[in-house]
Amino acid sequence: MSDLTPIDTALWSDDAQPHLMGGRLPSGEIVFPMPQGDAARDVEPYKLSRHGKLWSWTSQDFRPKEPYEGPGEGPHDFQPFLIGYVELPGEVIVESRIVDAQLEDLRLGMPMTFCIVPFNDQHTTFAFRPDADAGETAA
Amino acid sequence: MSDNVYIIGAGIHPFGRTEERSGREQGVFAVRQALQDAGLDWPDIECAYGGSAAAGSADIMVNELGLTSLPFTNVANGCATGGSALVSAQQAIASGMYDLALAVGFDKHPRGAFNAKPSDYGLPEWYGQTGMMLTTQFFALKIQRYMQLHGISREALGRVAEKAFRNGAKTPHAWRRSEIDLDTIMNAPMINDPLTKYMFCAPAEGGVALILASEKKMKELGADGVKIANIAVRTRPPDSFEVFQAGVSVKDGGKPTILASQAAFEGAGIGPEDIEVAQLQDTESGAEIMHMAENGFCKDGDQEQWLSEGWSEIGGKMPINTDGGCIACGEPIGASGLRQVYENVEQLRGRAGERQVPTMPKTGYSHVYGAPGLSAVAILQR
Repeated sequence: MSDLTPIDTALWSDDAQPHLMGGRLPSGEIVFPMPQGDAARDVEPYKLSRHGKLWSWTSQDFRPKEPYEGPGEGPHDFQPFLIGYVELPGEVIVESRIVDAQLEDLRLGMPMTFCIVPFNDQHTTFAFRPDADAGETAA
Repeated sequence: MSDNVYIIGAGIHPFGRTEERSGREQGVFAVRQALQDAGLDWPDIECAYGGSAAAGSADIMVNELGLTSLPFTNVANGCATGGSALVSAQQAIASGMYDLALAVGFDKHPRGAFNAKPSDYGLPEWYGQTGMMLTTQFFALKIQRYMQLHGISREALGRVAEKAFRNGAKTPHAWRRSEIDLDTIMNAPMINDPLTKYMFCAPAEGGVALILASEKKMKELGADGVKIANIAVRTRPPDSFEVFQAGVSVKDGGKPTILASQAAFEGAGIGPEDIEVAQLQDTESGAEIMHMAENGFCKDGDQEQWLSEGWSEIGGKMPINTDGGCIACGEPIGASGLRQVYENVEQLRGRAGERQVPTMPKTGYSHVYGAPGLSAVAILQR
């Protein structure tokens, strides 16, 4: 994984425990992702919480068309993946890959933690995974 | 802006795949049918509004229809293209400037899911590169949460699709014209959980044309008109949850459909209980279910009973998507919203054949939703 570079260098912080980068608007509202260009004026970069609750989820069962750059060459070696929204309480709800889980394990409100995962043979991307003890606490 | 506006002519080119005709040719086909329906000739039309998302400019249609020098405005408004063309035509007549106007929409898309470019929507490239820029995912994510919160079953999703194909089988302009049973729908390959292949509509081709007239002109022609009671188009309010959103507000925001629906009902001076037939955006099964509530026809969660009791069937208490909707007709973006209005015109004129609502409805409701979070509602009255 050491050879892999982030899919976008502005997406998360380079701390030992990285944070997804959002922005704080003058109104105090937290947004994701951090706006770029003129839209970034008056927006303060904001490190989002690494912990949240599952807000919704789905599976991606077919290979997306361009500009998808996931691993593999085509439909024959496509590996379905999970995707969802994770609510970072008091901040913002972020769309993310979900890793280390099976579809049938996912429950509304289950605790999730931020992580960086390999994406393809060049890049890493961000994801959330269920907390280790989520199965017991998410009832 | 006082005069009533009527739809006096309606034409459609069958939806689906028509290899031998371009999208625009399908639009021309629909215009000719609408003219014939209204008993008019092309030179009678005083102004026109139309467009497509992927099949070129509508104003080129004058090459085939005739060079009558009329003002022809191209509309490019994504999923609201048809709705915006209809609003423009309605306003042109309501303003008193014109007595006869055309609203037309057509399209022709390649097979498979729509693929969108992040930059077109003001999104960073990683959003597309990592496989999040898919409309199908949004619909699945929205219904998944809705099912958890309001107790909607997977079977309810299947019933919506089953009804769509049953109605499509009775509809000459539909693309999918064979019934598909519930088991087949439920056991079909998953696209985005909980939505299987048969629960989704697909990009398609087709064209729809509507001819609008002032009340004075309609009477002069002795035409068979349906009144446009109200049309409302709304884009998304703050803190809403829409297609293509990497980040969603933690505040519970409004919805463009709720805003458009309330505005249209208020403008028409009637309520959801007065509607006798409705065409609701059913990009997939879940959308129809959620849009039943967002448009005010039921409470969140009541859809389960609606579907098990068959209340939204053609013979039910409030028929929904009587021509099979987007699921059976496919979605040519520029034409799709106008198809819903076309279907209501046919139902209100009692000309819907095998799929005619037996109670002969006097009020019809249509609703379209699309990227980047906009809704258009049209209420028609006989």
